[in-house]
Formats: sequence, structure tokens, C-alpha cells
Amino acid sequence: MGVFAYTILTLSLLGVLLAAILYFVASKFRVWEDPRIDDVEKMLPGANCGGCGYAGCRAMAEALVREDDISTLYCPVGGGECMKQIADFLGKAAPEREPMVAVVRCGGSCEKRPRTNTFDGARSCAVSASLYGGETGCSYGCLGFGDCVNVCEFGAIRINPETGLAEVDEEKCTACGACVKACPKGVIELRKKGPKGRRVYVSCVNKDKGAVARKSCEAACIACTKCVKACPFEAITIENNVSYIDFTKCRLCRKCVAECPTGAIVDVNFPPRKPVEAAASATPSATPGKVENPTSVAEAPAQTAPEVKPETKK
Amino acid sequence: MLKTFPIGGVHPSENKLSREARIEYFPLPDTVVLPLSQHIGAPAVPVVAKGDKVVVGQLIAKAGGFVSSNIHSSVSGTVVSVDLAMTASGLRQPAITIRREGDEWAEGIDCSSELVRECTLEPAEIIRRIADAGIVGMGGATFPTQVKLTPPPGKKADVVIINGVECEPYLTADHRVMLERGEEVLVGTSILARALGVQQCYIGIENNKPDAIAHMKELAESFPGIEIVPLRVRYPQGGEKQLIAAITGRQVPSGALPIDVGAVVQNVGTALAVYEAVQKNKPLVERVVTVTGKPLAQPANYLVRLGTPISALIDHAGGMSDDVGKVIGGGPMMGRAMSHPEAPVLKGTSGVLLMRQKESHRKQPDTCIKCAKCVSVCPMGLEPYLLSKLSKKRMYAEAEPERIVDCIECGSCSYTCPAGLPLLDYIRLGKAETLKMIRARAAKS
Amino acid sequence: MDNKLIVSPSPHVHSGNSTRRLMGDVLIALLPAFVVSVWVFGLNALWVTALAVASCVVFEYLIQKFLLKGACSIGNLSAVVTGVLLAFNLPSTIPLWLVVLGSFVAIAIGKMTFGGLGKNPFNPALVGRVFLLIAYPVQMTTFPLVGVDATSGATPLAFVKEALKSGSSVSDILPSISHQNLAYGLTSGSLGEVAAIALLIGFVYLLVRKVITWHIPVAVLGTMALFTAILWGIDPESYMSPLFHLLAGGAMLGAIFMATDYVTSPMTTKGMLIYGFGIGVITVLIRVWGAYPEGMSFAILIMNAVVPLINKYVKPRRFGAKKVRGAAA
Repeated sequence: MGVFAYTILTLSLLGVLLAAILYFVASKFRVWEDPRIDDVEKMLPGANCGGCGYAGCRAMAEALVREDDISTLYCPVGGGECMKQIADFLGKAAPEREPMVAVVRCGGSCEKRPRTNTFDGARSCAVSASLYGGETGCSYGCLGFGDCVNVCEFGAIRINPETGLAEVDEEKCTACGACVKACPKGVIELRKKGPKGRRVYVSCVNKDKGAVARKSCEAACIACTKCVKACPFEAITIENNVSYIDFTKCRLCRKCVAECPTGAIVDVNFPPRKPVEAAASATPSATPGKVENPTSVAEAPAQTAPEVKPETKK
Repeated sequence: MLKTFPIGGVHPSENKLSREARIEYFPLPDTVVLPLSQHIGAPAVPVVAKGDKVVVGQLIAKAGGFVSSNIHSSVSGTVVSVDLAMTASGLRQPAITIRREGDEWAEGIDCSSELVRECTLEPAEIIRRIADAGIVGMGGATFPTQVKLTPPPGKKADVVIINGVECEPYLTADHRVMLERGEEVLVGTSILARALGVQQCYIGIENNKPDAIAHMKELAESFPGIEIVPLRVRYPQGGEKQLIAAITGRQVPSGALPIDVGAVVQNVGTALAVYEAVQKNKPLVERVVTVTGKPLAQPANYLVRLGTPISALIDHAGGMSDDVGKVIGGGPMMGRAMSHPEAPVLKGTSGVLLMRQKESHRKQPDTCIKCAKCVSVCPMGLEPYLLSKLSKKRMYAEAEPERIVDCIECGSCSYTCPAGLPLLDYIRLGKAETLKMIRARAAKS
Repeated sequence: MDNKLIVSPSPHVHSGNSTRRLMGDVLIALLPAFVVSVWVFGLNALWVTALAVASCVVFEYLIQKFLLKGACSIGNLSAVVTGVLLAFNLPSTIPLWLVVLGSFVAIAIGKMTFGGLGKNPFNPALVGRVFLLIAYPVQMTTFPLVGVDATSGATPLAFVKEALKSGSSVSDILPSISHQNLAYGLTSGSLGEVAAIALLIGFVYLLVRKVITWHIPVAVLGTMALFTAILWGIDPESYMSPLFHLLAGGAMLGAIFMATDYVTSPMTTKGMLIYGFGIGVITVLIRVWGAYPEGMSFAILIMNAVVPLINKYVKPRRFGAKKVRGAAA
């Protein structure tokens, strides 16, 4: 019995002693931290994706608490709601930003952009891009080895095995921008998500001259300037033999889409085009709180002028 | 025991198929394409325009900076375009295209094969002639030669090493040059030594070329100060740092240049070009190219005008066949696979290697079993498995203290890896990214 | 030309090394020891080895297919090597169900829980063996009688340990130990550890084929020899000679085949020497003062745990680290 008591006594003493040491160390070396940082960190999505430009959610939380003006800080994953909640909690003005989404600007699918050679190195876009022009005649487009897929924390991007191109799942995409940084060809861009996810963009980044680009890819932008002329809002520019639609100016009229001879300009999430009479009645209602509704009918482009700037129509 | 470098190394099958083939003068091409960037450094600036008539050896593009190089027309004819042209890597780069009409040489170029041994020029004049002639490192590194001959202030070379190692399998251009034009190489070597004010020259030749060693030794007897050093066959002996270590025992420290240990290394082909430029006033318009590979009927060594389409060389040596899986510019260890063999021969094209279909595919990568073979073969004493892993994970800040930028990209690690992992693919990428990071940091501070 | 050119970064040639070939070479190197063990222990040795190999391969196949859902990995022969090494560490008279259990622990717990080949921190065969040794000590230490100078079924190491503990001096027990028999394998012990010479032949083969380098085995055996030589020199009546320690028990098998396992050994030659030294020291400590007669397995497992640390801090000799001499600058 003696051994038993002995053991209990020793262990208890040890426990008390260690607790005392722990207490001493903890109080001695305590680093004071704003307790709000913890709270803010909890409000952030916790994905640690780096989309805000900070090393992780903790660093972002520290910055949010530290800075007086948080208008330049934005968590693309949590979005407006999350930022508003944090701003309210901290008593600061909430930064606002339009929802964005990653867009893959390449339409060079397997049949449109035939393979001219086979890459047999490490399955990495960066490795391939640093070595040579790529498996096709186009040295600008999507390589299809999925560096973007590997960096996406949200499983929002994949390589479509049929087209060989990266595809963004807009439901899951948080516009953190990791894929934009990972893409060695600069094919991916963050663009305004658009009302109801409707967007118009040039799905090509090929800077070769028209004839050369066309030869390597059927879906290439050939810089014919038709879209520039068609655009009523001066949203389209051509630089380095490739057309670009400024999403801050684009009103989603889709005139350019109809004009593009190679189909390089792409519209997404628009309802299928309908005859004129149906279009008038089928015009979708305006998205709440947002600029306007884009009509989906090429024959009635005038209607797509936004209400904020009615004078710009036609 | 023959000399060799101290750490690592591998010994791939030598496959010197064209070792017996004499250097042939390649028929003049109908058109040549001369990219403005055939060297490391700033691209050259064109001084001719579309429609201009040019002759062989005429300057068509001027060096675009200190580290840059002149480019001369390799044929006589008309400039067809100064525009983007396809290169072997499938990227379009600015180039001058010339259509050949006859073969008229610029005045003052001595085209005879008579040996001019004596050189009494001042070092500055030698260096000027080399710079004018547009000579770059002909082994494939394409570093402008005049820059190497102009050591930074406070540094002085005390030894010139001529690289006749040709450690890449298949390639035989340097081997043939030493056998057929050995004297010119030796004169070129003494000119290089003169330019640098150096008394001691070594020509390192691997032991798999006994004929070249014997021949050069015999010739070198009348060249005081030039010593022929036979070396044990081991790849990558032709690497600058490895060769210096093999011959002199000096190791170039991490981040330093060969000149920091007093050595200047030049290729055999460069020595020949230097001879021609200084003694014959002939700019760099042609070079010896090995065209080889198992699918070829007649592996050969050609003296080719720069800008000749590589496909023409292949056709002349037996032609493409369905069995060809890969066309490589350079040797199998460090050469670059081409996606467009119609691209031109450049100053740095030491060889064209064709691989059979079944040789061309890489092994399916397996998992790393940590066999440490990559560590034991790395000639720089690095840990390729670790660098590759860090690069793959984009952890460049962690890769820097592991000395990723010391990698010479020799490929010994990937060559030896039993799991067939693309170690070098990632290390090369990581090295480039780490260098970018270091440069950005230097720019900031 | 219709076929598309293949483009890849350099190098464009490969040495032809493969995991399968390396493992195959290890198996060939184990062959002499296997032949001796069949000769010494009879067909039992064959059955135990065959069963261990079969069960290791089956377990690996099943786990890879149904749990990890990865590509089939048994083709690289690593499971076969694990099976043979496990069998070599078992007595020939062991109940066969224990062989299967040991294989399961080796493959399932020792290797596949970590993600399969290349990711396990501990030598799988030793994990299996040590598990059996601790869980079933009786079955694991009952050895068949072998040879003319039968030491009553105990291994030489166990016999010596018992004898020294009970007060005998070395000169008392020496007559009952034959170094020749230890070298030829005519002694009691686990399947593969008995024939020192056969194992050394395997070592030479591995060196010639460049499967392993000399560093680890030489470091292990050298350290053991040195350490025991010191003890022996101090008191030859209480401690056995270095020769006995090198020949007896699992020293050879452990140093040549178990400690050199690629996955669980260091990456640099310097690291390998440190690792080998550690194994040698721990083995002798356990043999001379520990509770177990043999310490090789434990020593290797303990040093396995240190390997990541060694890899982190012990770097290879870098090129250019040597002091520059004769430089003009």
C-alpha cells in the first residue's frame, strides 16, 4: 500500500510543480495581441488561399485590425457580405468590390487547335512554357497541364479532357487569383462576374498576326477590328494583334459576339437567342441591386444599354 | 589515374556514331534565317533592311549592348525580310531572312586554307577583332567571347583552358575539328592566351578520343605553353566549373565566375573561330555541326553556313523517317528537343541528334524511393531530390539556401533516377524562379 | 512525316535504372544466404520465406487496390524484398500463422499506412519482426537445434548472454563457440542471419551492381568492431571478441540488407556514416548491457527515426566549398 500512496504523492507533486512552471512561463512570456484579431480571423473563410495578398487569413485579420482604412483590403473568398460583417465588427467602412470570377481566355480546343508535337516532360505548364512554344502552333494559349488546377484551393478549376483546356466552375470560384498567378501563359484573368454571371470576353490571347494565329488555331482572334467597330461603348481595344474587352465598360450587348468571324468572342450564361417577338416578353427582370439586365437578343441590342447611362444607347 | 572532376558524374553510352566522318562542306542553302538573338545577352540590332543586297561576311546586325554579339550574313544575296521567324522551340523571334544569290564574299576576308601562325597584334586589337567577328561560345552556351576575354577590373586570368572534352554522347564536331584543324585550334588558343596575357594553356580532351589526344600532343610540341590534358571519361566534364576543377584542381565557389579562380574556358570550336577572325579576318558565318542519331543513314559532321535550315542537314544525312521520335539541337544530355526542325542552324548549334521513337519516350514516373543516387551523381554536390520537391511546391525561398542556383542543369540526376522522375524539369524551373526572386530582392535594396 | 515529334526537357537519355531492377538485384544478393538457410534449416526455411513473400505481396496488392485506390505497385518487387527480409528475421520453426501476421504488420502498418513505398519512415520488415518479437517472444526465440556443437537451441548471442550473466567467464564459454560455424551458418538463429559469408557475398554483389554504397554496412560493422574491441581490450574475460560480435546474430544481415534500405536511410554519404555509427553503437549497447541478446533490429529502427533529422542537417560536400587555392584574384 505504501508504494501506492508514494506513487500518487509523487505524481501529484510533479503535477503541481509543472503547473507552477507553466503558469510562470505563460505569464512571463505572454505577448499581447489584440483579441479582435482572433475574432476577425474566425469571420474570414479560413481558406488561407492568399487571394487577399496576405500570407493567410491570420495575416489578413491582423491587417484588418491594424489599418484604419481597410478599403484596399478585400477577401475575395468571403466576398462583400463577409467584409461587411468584419467592417461592422471593427467599426470601419466596409470595402466594396464587385464579385469577380476567373476566366480562361483560350478557346483552342483539341479540334480547333491541332497538336503539332507531343510534350513528354513533367506534367506542368510552367515546365513546358519555360522550354518551348507548346504542343500546338499557338505559343500563347492554354497548355492544359493544369498548374491552375493544382493551385486552386477550392476545386473550382479543372482540365476538360475533351477540349484539353482549363475550365472554371463559377459556383466554386472565389476569384482568389491563385490560378492567374500560376498560369505561365497569362491566359487566366479575373473578370467581373457580371449580372447573373453573364459575361462577354475575348477567349484568345494570341499575339501573332492574324494569318499566323488563324493558321495555328481556328478559334484565334485575328485582330480584324470588326468587334472594335461594332462596340457602341468603346469597350474593345486591339493591342498586339489581339482584341480585349474592358469589362468595366462592357454593357453586355453582345454585338461583338455576332460580328466575330472566328468565334473568339464568347458570351456565357446568356439564355439562348430567341426570335424578336419572344425577346421582348422574355426579357429577364433586372438583377436586384445591380446595374441592369442584359438582354440576350442580338436583334435588340439597344435595350441592353444600362439604365445608369441611358444616353449611351445605340 | 587520369584527371577528372571531384564530385558526382555519370557515364552514359557514348554512341559517337560520326567519329570517323570527315568534316564535309555543306551545300549552300537557298535561304538563310539569322535570328537576332543567337547569343546570351541583348539581341543584336539590325543594320540592313528588306531589299538590301548583302555579301558573305557583311555585318547585318550590330551588338545591342556590352553582353551581345554582332551578326554577319552567311550568304550573299538579298534581304527578304527583317521580321519574326519561327525558331526551333516554336516561338517566333526577330530574325533576318536572306535569299542566296551566288557566293560572293566581303572584301578583306582571307578564304584560303593556308595556315597563318604568327600573331603580333596587341591584346586590345585581338579582342576588338573577336568582338567584330561576332564570336560566341560555340559549345552551346553562346556567351559572347569578347566579354569573357575582358575580365572585370581587379581580376586577372592566369590560365586558359580549351574545352575539347565533348562529354555529350553522340557529338563529334569538336573531335573532328581537333583532328582535321588541330593547328588552327592551337593558333587560336595561343591568340586567346595572348589576348589575356596568360602563359599557361591547357586543352582538356577525354580519353575516349585517343586519336585526338595523340594528334594534338604531336602538334602542341611546337606551341610552348600549351599542354594537352587527357581526362577520364565522365559526364559532365565539359561543364565549365567541372573542367577547371578537373584540370587545375581549383573549384569555382558558389556564385562566383571562372575568372574568380583565374581561369578562362573556351571551346575548341571557339578557338577555331578566334583563329579565323583574328588571322583571316573572317567573321563567324559557318560552324561545324554533327548530324547524328540511330535513325540516320549517314551520321556526319558538316561545315554549315549559319542560318541553314536544320531540316536540310537532316535530309542530307539520310533524311527523316517514321521512326524518328525526337529531334534534338545539341547532345542528348543537355540539348533541346525541337518542335520545328525547319528552324535554322545558330551559332550555338553543336549538333543535331535524331532519336528513334522508342528511345524518345520518357519512362513513366514512379515514386521516389530515396535511393540517393541523384545526390551521389550531382557534380555540384546538391540534393536534386530535395530541390525538385521544393520547386514543385514552389518553395523557392527554401530552395535558395539549398543552393538551387548552383545547378548547372547537366541532367545527371534525371538520367540516373530509377523512378524516372523528371527531377531536372522542376529544378530548372525552380532555379529560374529563384534567380528571379534574387534579382527582385537586389533591385529592391 | 505524319508522326508528331516528341518534345521534352533534357536529358533525353536515361540510365535504364528502375526501382524494379534495384529490388531485383537485392533479391539476387539475398540468394546465397537463402540457399544456406535452406541447407541449414531444411525445407522449413523455404516454406517460411515463400509464405512471407506471398502474404506481403497479397497485402500490398489488396491495400493498394482497395484502400489507397492507387496504381498496382507490386511490380516494383519491393513487397517481395520486404517478405524475404522478414522471413530472414524469423526462426524456421515459427508457426506459419505468425508469418502471415508479421507480414501484415510489416506491409499494412510498416509501409502502407504511410502511403506506400518511399514514404515509410521505418523499415517495414523490421516493424513486422519487432512486433512479433515483442508480442510472441516465446515463438520468436525458439530456435531449432543446429550443428554439432548444439547450444541447446539458443542463439550464440543468447547463449553467451545467459552464460556471462550467470557468472561464467569468456574463457569458460569459448570452447562451445565455433567461429567457423558462425561464418558458414552452422549455428542457431533466424533464417537469413546465420551465414556471415553468404551475406558478405551478397554485399559484394550489391557493391558491384552499384545498388548500395559501402558506407552504411562498413560504418555499422566498423563501429561495432571498434566498440567491442575496446570492451574486449579492457576485459577479455567479461566481453566477447569483436569477431564474435560481427559474425553472430543479425549483424551482417542488418548492416548489409536492413540498414541500407533506401527509403529509411540517409541521402548523403556523410549522413550514412553517422547513421551507421549510430546503429553500431546502439546494437552493441543492447547486446552487452541490454535485456535482449540481439539489438540490431532495435538499433536500426531507432536510427530510422533519426534519418529525417540527418537529411535535414547533413548536407553533401558542395562543389566549390573547398578553399580556393592558386587563384589570381
